[in-house]
Amino acid sequence: MSGRMRKAFPVVAGALAFALAGVGQAAEPIKIGSFLAVTGPAAFLGDPEKKTLELYVEKINAEGGVLGHPLELVLYDTGTSAKNAVTYVKRLLEQDEVDAIVGGTTTGETMAVIKLVEKAERPFISLAGASVIIDPVKKWVFKTPHTDRMAVEKVYADMKKEGITEIGLIGGSGGFDKSCLKNAEELAGSYGLTIKAAEQYGKGDTDMTPQLTKIRNAGVEAVLFCGFGAASAIVTKNYAQLGIEGRLYHNHGSCSKRFIEGAGEAAEGVRLPCAALVVADQLPEDDPQREVGLAYIKAYEEAYGEDVSTFGGHAYDALFLLVDAMERAGTADPAKVRDALEQTRNFIGVDGIFNMSPEDHLGLGPEAFKMLEVRGGTWKYLY
Amino acid sequence: MAEFLQFLFSGLTVGAIYALIALGFSLIYNASHLINFAQGEFVMIGGMATVFLAAAGIELPLAALLAVLLAVAVAIAIERLGIAPAKGASVVGLIIVTIGASILIRGLAGIVWDRNFHSLPAISGEEPLVVMGATLLPQSLWIFGVTGLTALLLWFFFAKTLWGKAMMAAAYNPLAAQLVGIDTRRVVLVSFALAGALGALAGVLITPLAPTHFQVGVMLGLKGFAAAIVGGLGSGLGAIVGGLVIGIAEAMAAGYLASAYKDAVAFVIILLFLVLWPSGLFGLRGIERV
Repeated sequence: MSGRMRKAFPVVAGALAFALAGVGQAAEPIKIGSFLAVTGPAAFLGDPEKKTLELYVEKINAEGGVLGHPLELVLYDTGTSAKNAVTYVKRLLEQDEVDAIVGGTTTGETMAVIKLVEKAERPFISLAGASVIIDPVKKWVFKTPHTDRMAVEKVYADMKKEGITEIGLIGGSGGFDKSCLKNAEELAGSYGLTIKAAEQYGKGDTDMTPQLTKIRNAGVEAVLFCGFGAASAIVTKNYAQLGIEGRLYHNHGSCSKRFIEGAGEAAEGVRLPCAALVVADQLPEDDPQREVGLAYIKAYEEAYGEDVSTFGGHAYDALFLLVDAMERAGTADPAKVRDALEQTRNFIGVDGIFNMSPEDHLGLGPEAFKMLEVRGGTWKYLY
Repeated sequence: MAEFLQFLFSGLTVGAIYALIALGFSLIYNASHLINFAQGEFVMIGGMATVFLAAAGIELPLAALLAVLLAVAVAIAIERLGIAPAKGASVVGLIIVTIGASILIRGLAGIVWDRNFHSLPAISGEEPLVVMGATLLPQSLWIFGVTGLTALLLWFFFAKTLWGKAMMAAAYNPLAAQLVGIDTRRVVLVSFALAGALGALAGVLITPLAPTHFQVGVMLGLKGFAAAIVGGLGSGLGAIVGGLVIGIAEAMAAGYLASAYKDAVAFVIILLFLVLWPSGLFGLRGIERV
């Protein structure tokens, strides 16, 4: 190195460092990692979640970002595989060095990565349903969707209100169905209900009249259906065919127009608990969830030209819970954001009003569900 | 009695659908001694294509006809692109080709159509008929009628027409059939086309009762296969009886036994038959089976 250069070097290096620091400060993004089942069997859940996250990260950045930093979304498609979820979460934590994670479309994917997230100490908001994710509480893990247990509680409260005491259960053999049936059996006593018959059907079954005949002959005043998908339409049609008296209740798995289309006229009179988003336009003017829901529906439908689903709503709440926590913490520091998340109070999301605590990392009560009834081929908001 | 009758109606309806699917298995088995595991996908194509064509504004009967033709085209494509080029491969190899085809078709259906479930309006409405305290939907009568008529037509085709007799001859002894001038490759092709049509017909008929979706063919295909085994692979009458036996057994098991075991019934029956009576109720013991 020549003498002149040696003298100039510190000056140049200093200027360079200053310039870099300046640039860095203005553009240093907050990195939000995500892993979703955009393809594979759970694609109908993961696809609206991905679209929601991308839409709102863009919107937030257009409005100046969070704490003056833009958000950067690092998103991987797991193909609905828990194994891929583990690989991608490792990459998010070690390679991409994200500040927080929003994702985990299914319970399987979520449970598979909890150990990694806990070890890396990054806030993680899951979009999956089961209560095992937050019960028992894990320090770094939160979630937004209602649990299946809450759905059963909502249905049972309605039955109690109607003076019903003897009920029947019918469900499938899948994980969702079994969890719902288990909750239904555990909770019945505390609502003064007696289960006179509990029947199951198999995967891919096309007719459930034998099971429903047994339930009818057991003498029940109402029936709770624990399942989802094509079976929701078959059970409802068979129920109407057999002319069973007493109301048919569904769980929140049927909160989709597909159910009404599939079951047709047989769906009339079915009652079920759904997220407020499903009936946002029917909520009373003073319901705080009305405005949030309508704004989300409008933004999503304008951007993608397709109907919103409650699944995208879980991603919406997760993203804004995180943004809210970062703003209250005044930093993206993982430990401080985690503490702020746990202190979330009266956060109005599309899934309900969140009040988190060290004992409750979901923060929704049964009132987050709205009771609906199918009338005239569409949803009717009851309460 | 009303209870028994209700279970019976359920079993007969579902069983008639299984029978149509089983007929497809038997036709292809007769012509080529292979089990076509893409049979369930024809059922899916029948239902899904009708739904999407009807949604595009095509009249329902025409949509159903086009859906059946689409399934026939897919079946012919499987034979031309998958089975025929692999001439000389072992039967097991060809069966694996059909499994591959079924996965491909299912994947394409999920992308080209969608992953939601869809229903069709019932042909004669949804007002149930009451028979001695049990209820029966008019759609079930349509299913009985169409399955019965199809069985009769197939019987006529194989027993009375030259083409049908040629196909039977090729099934019994391909070499001898070839020697008397029967184009055995055409026979395999025609059997695939017929099996495609039968599967799609089952799909069109069942969709008003049980919504269709891109994965609906998996379980229906397996139940149809079970029916074909019980009736005796290769026997038309066996396929019909086998379908009804499986359907009624499932309904009775769901009705009188713990319903959680219902799903296992079809497979327990298959196992029993494979071990104790491998040629099935109506299978021909004389034919060498590979």
